[in-house]
Amino acid sequence: MTHPRTSVARTPVGLIAFLFIIATALGCSKNDEKTASQPSNSTSPAAAASTPSSSPSGSAAELRMQCYGDGNECEVTRELLAGFEKKHPNIRVVVDVVPYKAILENLPIQLAAGEGPDMARVTDLGGLNKYYLDLRPHLKDPAYWEKNFGKTLDWYRAGRDDRGIYGLMTQLTVTGPIVNKTLFDQAGVAMPARGATWDDWVAATHKVAKATEVPFPMAMDRSGHRFAGLAISMGAKYFDADGNPAVVDDGFRNMAKKFIDWHKDGTMPKEIWGGSGGGQYRDGMKEFQNAHIVMLITGSWQIERLDKNVGDAFDWVAVPNPCGPAGCSGIPGGAGLVVFKHTKHPKEAALVLDYLAREEVHAEYMVRTANIPAHAAITEKGLDYKLSLAAKTSLNTFMGEVSGILPPAYVLQGYPYNRAIYNATVSRLGQSVAGELSVDNALKRITADINEAVKEAQRK
Amino acid sequence: MANRVVQFLTRTRGHGRFHLTDWLTYGYLTIGVFLMFGPVMWLALSSFKTEAALLQFPPPLLPYGPAEAEVEGYDRPLPLYRVEKEDGSETIMAQVRRIGLIAQMVDPDDPGTIVKVNVKKRKRVEEFQLATENYSDLWRQFDFPQYLWNSVFITIVATILTLIFNAMAAFALSKYQFRGRTAVFLFIIGALMIPPTIVLVPTYLVVSGMGLLNSPWGVIWPAIATPTGVFMLRQYMLTIPDDLIDAARMDNASEWRIFWRIVMPLSAPALAVLAIFSVMWRWNEFLWPLIVLNRSEEFTLPLALNAFQGELKTQWNYLLAMTVLTLLPVTFVFAFLQRYITSGIASAGVK
Amino acid sequence: MNDKFASWPHRVLAVVTGALRAITHLMLNIPERPMRWAQRVLGGQRIAWLFLTPNLIIFSLFTFLPILINFYYAVTGGVQLWPSERPFIGTENFQKLFACDNYFDYSTCDQDLFWRAIYNSMKFVSIQVVLMVLFSLITALVLNRKIVGRGFFRSVYFFPVLLSPVVVALVWRWILLRDGVLNAIIESMGGEKVLWLLDPSWSFFWVIFVTVWAQMGFYTLILLAGLQAIPRDVYEAAQMDRASPWRTFRKITLPLLMPNMIVVLALALIRAVQTFDEVFVLTGGGPGSATTFLVQYIYNTGFAQQIQRFGLAAAASLVLAVVLFILTMAQLRASRSKIDG
Repeated sequence: MTHPRTSVARTPVGLIAFLFIIATALGCSKNDEKTASQPSNSTSPAAAASTPSSSPSGSAAELRMQCYGDGNECEVTRELLAGFEKKHPNIRVVVDVVPYKAILENLPIQLAAGEGPDMARVTDLGGLNKYYLDLRPHLKDPAYWEKNFGKTLDWYRAGRDDRGIYGLMTQLTVTGPIVNKTLFDQAGVAMPARGATWDDWVAATHKVAKATEVPFPMAMDRSGHRFAGLAISMGAKYFDADGNPAVVDDGFRNMAKKFIDWHKDGTMPKEIWGGSGGGQYRDGMKEFQNAHIVMLITGSWQIERLDKNVGDAFDWVAVPNPCGPAGCSGIPGGAGLVVFKHTKHPKEAALVLDYLAREEVHAEYMVRTANIPAHAAITEKGLDYKLSLAAKTSLNTFMGEVSGILPPAYVLQGYPYNRAIYNATVSRLGQSVAGELSVDNALKRITADINEAVKEAQRK
Repeated sequence: MANRVVQFLTRTRGHGRFHLTDWLTYGYLTIGVFLMFGPVMWLALSSFKTEAALLQFPPPLLPYGPAEAEVEGYDRPLPLYRVEKEDGSETIMAQVRRIGLIAQMVDPDDPGTIVKVNVKKRKRVEEFQLATENYSDLWRQFDFPQYLWNSVFITIVATILTLIFNAMAAFALSKYQFRGRTAVFLFIIGALMIPPTIVLVPTYLVVSGMGLLNSPWGVIWPAIATPTGVFMLRQYMLTIPDDLIDAARMDNASEWRIFWRIVMPLSAPALAVLAIFSVMWRWNEFLWPLIVLNRSEEFTLPLALNAFQGELKTQWNYLLAMTVLTLLPVTFVFAFLQRYITSGIASAGVK
Repeated sequence: MNDKFASWPHRVLAVVTGALRAITHLMLNIPERPMRWAQRVLGGQRIAWLFLTPNLIIFSLFTFLPILINFYYAVTGGVQLWPSERPFIGTENFQKLFACDNYFDYSTCDQDLFWRAIYNSMKFVSIQVVLMVLFSLITALVLNRKIVGRGFFRSVYFFPVLLSPVVVALVWRWILLRDGVLNAIIESMGGEKVLWLLDPSWSFFWVIFVTVWAQMGFYTLILLAGLQAIPRDVYEAAQMDRASPWRTFRKITLPLLMPNMIVVLALALIRAVQTFDEVFVLTGGGPGSATTFLVQYIYNTGFAQQIQRFGLAAAASLVLAVVLFILTMAQLRASRSKIDG
């Protein structure tokens, strides 16, 4: 090795480069400060919708919105906000697009540590309640919210006495089956009509599968939420009279037994529920899209994707939820935009939500993301989705299913620890499908898991 | 010339003949190429498929898409099908629409007459199509250079600091006899036992308490003191003969000079391995940056990559394209460095 | 000299090497004086603490402190994040973990999945580490030979290490699904589809296969470094003595490779016990709980749930750490006695 002292002296290039590196390093840190104090959204993924430069006055407020998307939700939100920013030049909303995992697992930790964004699109609507900002005092017209979002506002609330308005539903979902209609046509089997029971559907899809040599009649997403719709139709209540979880009752037990039997007799493919462990989510879309199953129990959110991917390969249609003794219920779900208490700009954040909740803005959002609105007036008027006719029909079928949802499904959706219930259901029934646990033991474990978790959550 | 090629190919074990072990060697290597490289190639090819094609079975090897043709009288190009006629022969026709089990088809050369065909008698014509929109959409939606820069910055700074700090600690633990040496070593080994995934939450509390959230340093500092690195370097430095160091001390070299001019160069192979290790780890790290970095201008590539994982749906086509893009820089770095790494290892023989 | 600097890659390279030289120079000379002074004050051996300091500071803050907090979590309950807000419950978490009617039948345990995970992890580690070391060694030996296209083959075997664990698992998952590539190949050759990820034994096999596939290159590299450091003349001497290749391998290669083997063994062992990402994406711990390993159990209890039970997860992680520590120390001791003896 040559002596470094001389080589540096000989190569001014080296010295210059060294200074350059130091300068860049300093420049970087300066840049960081700049972005922190003087907001710019040019680096957000949705920067395509660029906004006019803000007023240089010091009162500018920057709001950070953490957003996850199943499709184009975040981009559309960002584009709609351009209109808002034009009206309020001193408010900037930066949409940070994150994986759903960040919302589900990291956001609660960040919030508990007193960190996190100003606003976020979340799905644990009730579970995060203690971090929410009550928007009511900041809203222009709370009555508008009450009137249009009435039923879903409860999902965000802490309890029965809570009258706060905490969030804006950006997506309402309903679970239900979609069916490969072409397979039915090919088999020459008539599709069971509204009001048909689960057994009717199992019999019909079996016939179709046999006639068309499709490997499986049915499949269901690996999700405790999907299962809850079926169980509630069977009469499951999920809660006792005091509102405490009492998940395993006769209705739940009957459905669980039926469900395991379906996997044993080849009605459903084992790999979706049995092939994974824990509470992991898997859907049956791949199988359905390849016409390997006749009927998939999923939900309204898959319509847009089906429309795009299945294309002309076969006809598919959403059908009403099959019935059990208690009713023909799916279960609602959804995601909402909320503001967190720790934000420095509560007024501005409320303005943003007020804007996004406006009928015309909200309707445009729903059309462009192909989601079902939770907004009463929009639902009444109907929306003109930019989808194929078949997809539109199916979306309407799902919207119609909202009325058939039984009360326990709403209670469950509004329960702050509902994901603990779903998780236990999936992980234990999954073990049972894989042949590790008998149904009875699985049910015992579900009860134990949920009780233990809820007890832990209530320990002070 | 031909002679020399043969000579070159059979240059084995110095005997000039193709020995059984050579057959085994090349057999092993050939299988290896398929096994190790096959899945990666498939990944690269799949990143050019549309979302629909990704979900198809049987999975096509190459990216295919439906063939389409312009037919007179129709404003949109129509999809082409191979149709089986009643006499058993096949023709290619364009489909106008499909209603239930009956497809309405036209012959592109005779656009006037519509033929009704049973859907079972038709098969889609597919042709090689690269879904380059997977990439171009990404480019439009994402501030790719920004994420690239963030990733590069974190990777390089963290790697350099890791190398220096870990080498210093390893040097102290391998070449000095001081009280507390075993204790410190056990302390470090002990930390090796707790996977970072598990202490994610406590580490988050510490980093948050220090105000390092939403800064690349929040990712860099916790990554530097890797027990793995100290352990690996220490084990390697134990093999460096003490005579060299003693000789330098005789020459009145300071301990720092000994470390910097003797121990560091002699540890080059181990440092090279640790450097690769560190680069891979920082470049691919996901869970930790996900919780520390919340602002999109601070995102690293893996974070941006996973933004396509929603609650209910994952956009595979974008995810794969992003994966390939993330993989490219490290591949280039490795392709460039691998000669130096292996030759460096070869020439830096210790004994 | 001039035309060499004409093209921009060379110029960039010159800038980079120049900067590196400058930094090296500064790194060598700036600490020189303080170090000499410290040497005088501290003496010849205690100077080691100075070398340890930067590492120890960062280490204490970002590794040791979190581990301490984790210890404290293990004796507290509730779902609060800040240690000060968590109620102290003593050994309750540990009692819960170890509450079993019969330790050989995990279904009788209160935390059945914890014991299943321990059992799975033990089985996984004992098989995977052996295979990992074996295949790394074979590959390193093969790549160490005089072969055509050595650089290419080295890259090929190393390449999977460049992939993130998540990507590795995703690719293989697609290969192994019911409608995946492997089944497509089998069907095209006239075979029957196999449900790779639904059969517990197959799933276990693939988990081992995929982790070895993904990490082997790294260990191969460490072993290759060791092989290349063995001087040629040792082998030449053996050849003169007409030692058989097997004997040469056992008497020369293996002993000289021992330091690297220890590193590989230790790292492979620790990494195997800590396996998480690959398996989580590949099988999700399934079918049922057949490939649920310890870290995944901890992750599921403490992190992936709506009700995050940090206490129970921390207690389980302590059990994991103790087991690993004993294993590693035993292995280090065993290998040390082997070298000395």
